[in-house]
Amino acid sequence: MSSTPNSPGDGNGTPLLALRGINKSFGAVAALMDIDLEVSAGEVVAIVGDNGAGKSTLVKVLSGVHAPDSGTIAFEGSDVTIPTPMAALHLGIATVFQDLALCDNLTVVDNLFLGREISPLRLNEVEMETRSWELLKQLSAKIPSLRTQVASLSGGQRQTVAIARSLLGDPKIVILDEPTAALGVAQTAEVLNLVERLRERGHGVIMISHNMADVKAVADRVAVLRLGRNNGVFNVSDVSAEDVIAAITGATDNVVSRRSAARGAPGASTPSEENQAQ
Amino acid sequence: MNSKTAPTPQIRPLDLQDERLQDRTGLKGQLKAFVDRTRSGDLGVLPVVAGLVVIWAVLQTLNPIFLSSANLVNLAMESSAVGIIALGIVGVLLVAQIDLSVGSVSGLSAAVVAVTVVNLGWPVWLAVLATVALGAAIGWVYGQIFNRFGVPSFVITLAGLLGFLGLQLYVLGAKGSINLPFDSALVYFAQLAFVPPWLSYVLVVGAAGGLFATDYLHARARRTAGLSSMPLQSMIPRSALLLLVLGFVVWYLNQTRGVGWMFVFFIALILAMNYLLKRTKWGRSVYAVGGNAEAARRAGINVKAVYTSVLVTCSTLAAVGGLLAAARLAAANQGSGGGDVNLNAIAAAVIGGTSLFGGRGSAFSALLGIVVIQSISSGLTLLNLDSSFRFMVTGVVLLLAVMLDSVSRRSRTSHGRA
Repeated sequence: MSSTPNSPGDGNGTPLLALRGINKSFGAVAALMDIDLEVSAGEVVAIVGDNGAGKSTLVKVLSGVHAPDSGTIAFEGSDVTIPTPMAALHLGIATVFQDLALCDNLTVVDNLFLGREISPLRLNEVEMETRSWELLKQLSAKIPSLRTQVASLSGGQRQTVAIARSLLGDPKIVILDEPTAALGVAQTAEVLNLVERLRERGHGVIMISHNMADVKAVADRVAVLRLGRNNGVFNVSDVSAEDVIAAITGATDNVVSRRSAARGAPGASTPSEENQAQ
Repeated sequence: MNSKTAPTPQIRPLDLQDERLQDRTGLKGQLKAFVDRTRSGDLGVLPVVAGLVVIWAVLQTLNPIFLSSANLVNLAMESSAVGIIALGIVGVLLVAQIDLSVGSVSGLSAAVVAVTVVNLGWPVWLAVLATVALGAAIGWVYGQIFNRFGVPSFVITLAGLLGFLGLQLYVLGAKGSINLPFDSALVYFAQLAFVPPWLSYVLVVGAAGGLFATDYLHARARRTAGLSSMPLQSMIPRSALLLLVLGFVVWYLNQTRGVGWMFVFFIALILAMNYLLKRTKWGRSVYAVGGNAEAARRAGINVKAVYTSVLVTCSTLAAVGGLLAAARLAAANQGSGGGDVNLNAIAAAVIGGTSLFGGRGSAFSALLGIVVIQSISSGLTLLNLDSSFRFMVTGVVLLLAVMLDSVSRRSRTSHGRA
């Protein structure tokens, strides 16, 4: 490998979230083995890996869906356990799942405040609407009207609503599970802008992605999982897409690189894409 | 100062700043918005109001007595009991479930109130309280079975339909029919209690004033927050229209016996339900669960509690409806709550515009739907046609309503509305 994996935690001070030696098995199958991961405030960490690499399991451990078998999770320097999704929310870890989970028959404002409406016995619609506009303005989101049903929004707008909703609880860490899957070019760019804005606001962002271009475009660091193990953490600025793919597949000589070599045009990495990374 | 002059683009309200938004302010804009909504399949109360006009026109031409004040007074009284049951069904349909046992539960409650008052000599208030509590308990049991065992509500309440019919027959005993004394407060309330004319007009003015006050305060709050708000020139016509329509209806009913307290009670329940559904966290949860239960669960809503609360509300309202039906008849018998009560209540909710697919509808659909059903029933009775025709016509109207629901749902989907 041309670039050496960075030792985790060479950022600034105590990381916001630090996983140490996380293990999780389902029966005889070890889904996660000895996973280390660190996320600091104002940092976007991409988690990449092939199908079955353990990305989703890791997200579920962090969002309180599954408890790890062993290992420690440190949040802001102190050890914590995350037994339930509510516990994760209370800690300040918000997860946006891939299927977004929005109610199509409710308006944008209703969806944003679902489950945490202001004044339960006499809903304060005005307050909720003003706060929604403020929030979406901070995210520079382009949704024409917040009083339309979510059913009428585009995929990117729905993703925006889902992300905005996770921000209402003022989380420190936002986990995005495949935020750009099934989105068009412009919508993907919109969501990537949104991820950058989350970083500017000082949130720690964990982004699961399959898309190398997206990872290179917004992530600061990329953590590679392979067959349930850490397979390197790279600074995005000094690693090429081929190296990351090599780490994902476990070899420099693999079906993807062979294919790119054969076609003479590297499909995974082009100079323009490398320029996008900061 | 600025708000008086034409708004420049810089000071547009917070929610109207997007350049893609077309102007929908003012009377013309609102009319256009209404046409848009309707064309996209969001029909609201339009079909049921249109249907009602057609039904009334036909029945009036067939029998001029139909729209007479006396008959409409009766129609309002007859609507109340089943309408209250339909109100509970609206809640259950909103979470995409169904309660098929409302007829049996209402019959059981009729039997219980008759037995406790007549045979056991309980005071009326205690009997009423016990009956309502029984209704709530039934709903709670449904909720527990639904949440713990995951049995479809359709099956649970089908079992309840049979089971509580049996219990009703058992409670009534061998005689099978118990007459309520005519001097009991219950019977007086359901048969003879009418609002004095002066009070009825006060209530009408109060309703219009209330609508204006809510509109005005809401608009003021939105304006202060920098959001778009309803202008005064559409608030005033709204309240004035309500004043005129309600005033005319009440005046017309006052030509004979007037407005029954039981009907006022029904309307009060609808308004209370409407408030709960539209203005509280609970109501928002009900719509959310009906729209996407999984999303609601992930948003931290206690979905099981929502199901239970809705089933409890439905059974409780069914018990109240059964009680009033018994009071109106001044008797509870083996036929109480039987026959078409069950299906009329469910049909009323659907005809009124509450979707069978969950997540769409309002408390007012119970009122509109039951008026349609009772109009058909009353009109055909006036024509000396027996229940065979009534069943057939009601069946056709129900089918039309469900077809409209399905078609408009498809249209909504293609126009990007849920």
